Amino acid sequence: MVIYLLRRLGLALVTCVFISVLTFIIIRLPPGDFVDAYIANLASNGSTVSGEQAEAMRREYGLDRPVVVQYARWMGRVLQGDFGVSMVWRRPVTEVIGDRLWLTMVVSVSALFLTWMIALPIGIYSAMRQYSFGDYVFTTLGFIGLAIPNFLLALILMYVGFRYLGLNVGGLFSAEYIQAPWSLARAWDLTKHLPLPAAVLALAGTAQLIRIMRANLLDELRKPYVVTARAKGLTERRAVLKYPVRAALNPFASSIAYLFPYLVSGSIIVSLVLGLPTVGPLLLQALVAQDMFLAGAIVLLLGFMTVIGTLVSDVLLMWIDPRIRLGGR
Amino acid sequence: MRQIPMVDRVALAIRDLAVQFESEQGIVRALDGVSFDLHAGRTLGVVGESGCGKSVTARSILRLVDRPGRITAGRMLLDPATPDEIDLAALDPESRKMRDVRGGRIGLIFQEPMTALSVHYTVGNQIIEAVRQHSDISAAEARNRAIELLREVGIPRPETRIESYPFELSGGLRQRVGIAMALAGDPEIVIADEPTTALDVTTQAQILSLLQRLQQEKNIALMLITHDMGVIAEMADDVAVMYLGRVVEFAPVHEIFATPRHPYTRALLRAVPSILATPRQRLSTIGGAVPHPGSRPSGCPFHPRCPEQLGALCSEQVPKPVPAGRSGASCFKAEREHEAVA
Repeated sequence: MVIYLLRRLGLALVTCVFISVLTFIIIRLPPGDFVDAYIANLASNGSTVSGEQAEAMRREYGLDRPVVVQYARWMGRVLQGDFGVSMVWRRPVTEVIGDRLWLTMVVSVSALFLTWMIALPIGIYSAMRQYSFGDYVFTTLGFIGLAIPNFLLALILMYVGFRYLGLNVGGLFSAEYIQAPWSLARAWDLTKHLPLPAAVLALAGTAQLIRIMRANLLDELRKPYVVTARAKGLTERRAVLKYPVRAALNPFASSIAYLFPYLVSGSIIVSLVLGLPTVGPLLLQALVAQDMFLAGAIVLLLGFMTVIGTLVSDVLLMWIDPRIRLGGR
Repeated sequence: MRQIPMVDRVALAIRDLAVQFESEQGIVRALDGVSFDLHAGRTLGVVGESGCGKSVTARSILRLVDRPGRITAGRMLLDPATPDEIDLAALDPESRKMRDVRGGRIGLIFQEPMTALSVHYTVGNQIIEAVRQHSDISAAEARNRAIELLREVGIPRPETRIESYPFELSGGLRQRVGIAMALAGDPEIVIADEPTTALDVTTQAQILSLLQRLQQEKNIALMLITHDMGVIAEMADDVAVMYLGRVVEFAPVHEIFATPRHPYTRALLRAVPSILATPRQRLSTIGGAVPHPGSRPSGCPFHPRCPEQLGALCSEQVPKPVPAGRSGASCFKAEREHEAVA
């Protein structure tokens, strides 16, 4: 078990190194470098930079050194928590991402919990009562949910929420709290804004998850161990919840790996439509403006989150499935 | 004066049991009027080809037939002709009473001990659950009982094995766990659905002798489902031969082997490989295949494959079912021979 964990951890580290190399390449892919972009930026404001000054800047940032050395220095700074300075925002990247990262995670985690709370019970119900009226209703709703693009749903819900329910729509804060420091009132304001984006983000995932849970469980329900459990005298509900549902959760644990990066990025399109200050739109802006350090930091973060997510799902699988836990025994 | 032995008590009487599966393609009659008795301390061997309704019978008794299957006729009497008589066919499958019967009065042993046990829980967990379902005892007591059960079914070092997961055990040990689980509620009837099919030959013999020993110790009424005539010869006291959802012959085991009445029984016996056969002799098979229960032949269901059929009589009329509790065959030819003797 320990060996299994250590091997996973080792693989995760190697993957992280590859991700950092890839990220570095992506950052440097556009022609020119940070100084060129900086000069162009200044030039558009009417100021100029002399060739010597440019050389001095390149030396300062180490851009005159071989690529490998540059990578090493960049990684060195990253490891110390210094992701460089965002050109667009003219602030350290960590600061720019910082606040948004927490907000993104709040939105995503609430959406995720909402998804699970709705999808798992419905999926279990649909499988246990396959082809019943309720199953057909949920299946229909599920396919509609799958077919409607997120952003459209966001627009519709915004309209309905604003027009008929008088909800706070758009953004995560009321105008007066956007720049305000954290306080109880600001947190409450956030809570009031949270349901709409959480619902929009949750619904599409819910439809998908219902289908997955239903299919997984239908497979498991046909297995003989379910009959064994019922032949002991357990109620159908007890037998199903203890045995096949547990087995059907295996694929969910694996899917956490894909959910982790989503937790930090949020959905870009939905965030744009709803005006959410999450990391997603930030990445889009950074890519459009060729803000390399900011984009690099976010891409790096997403990559690392994928790796961490994989690790977490490995550990979860070990916990759920004794075959993996005892594999080395 | 001859005393009526205890073993003659009828534990379960199945009468005219019919089970149908309704689908868009039509109605499939999986069981079509099955009758037999299970006696305490005796073994009833149920034999037949795949799809003849052996397993459906087992599941029907426990009321665990999956949708869209349902019992359309018949009675299943537990403790028949006593004040405690219960008709299982009339109970709600999810009722408290039916669940007390499952595991508590009737235990079930499965064919495939790997898939019949959940890989997600230790064998102890799964046995203790069965123990506590049917007796109101503490977790510690239930654990001791589970260890005792494992010892009873011949599992070495039960104190440590109880913490094992099913995939850590060999096939034979897993089937022993399955038997321990079926016995956890101390049932007086045990249904074993092909308990040795998935095991190798030596393990088969061990499991069969274990079942025999447990049956004698506990005076269990055992219903042993198999397609193996060798297992029948070894284990059964009485034999019910099934074909297409009907019992086509019922008789004590020695009669089945010595004087089989039904052509189907004779065909089954011919299909058993013999150690006395000359080398390269072709093994006798039954011509054709079991018809799909949805397209049941007219008349006697076996007549299209029957080497001894009597023409129009067999293809147009259905022979009378075997009366419960008596030897006989559901066959026109057997009826004639019987009359000729009488």
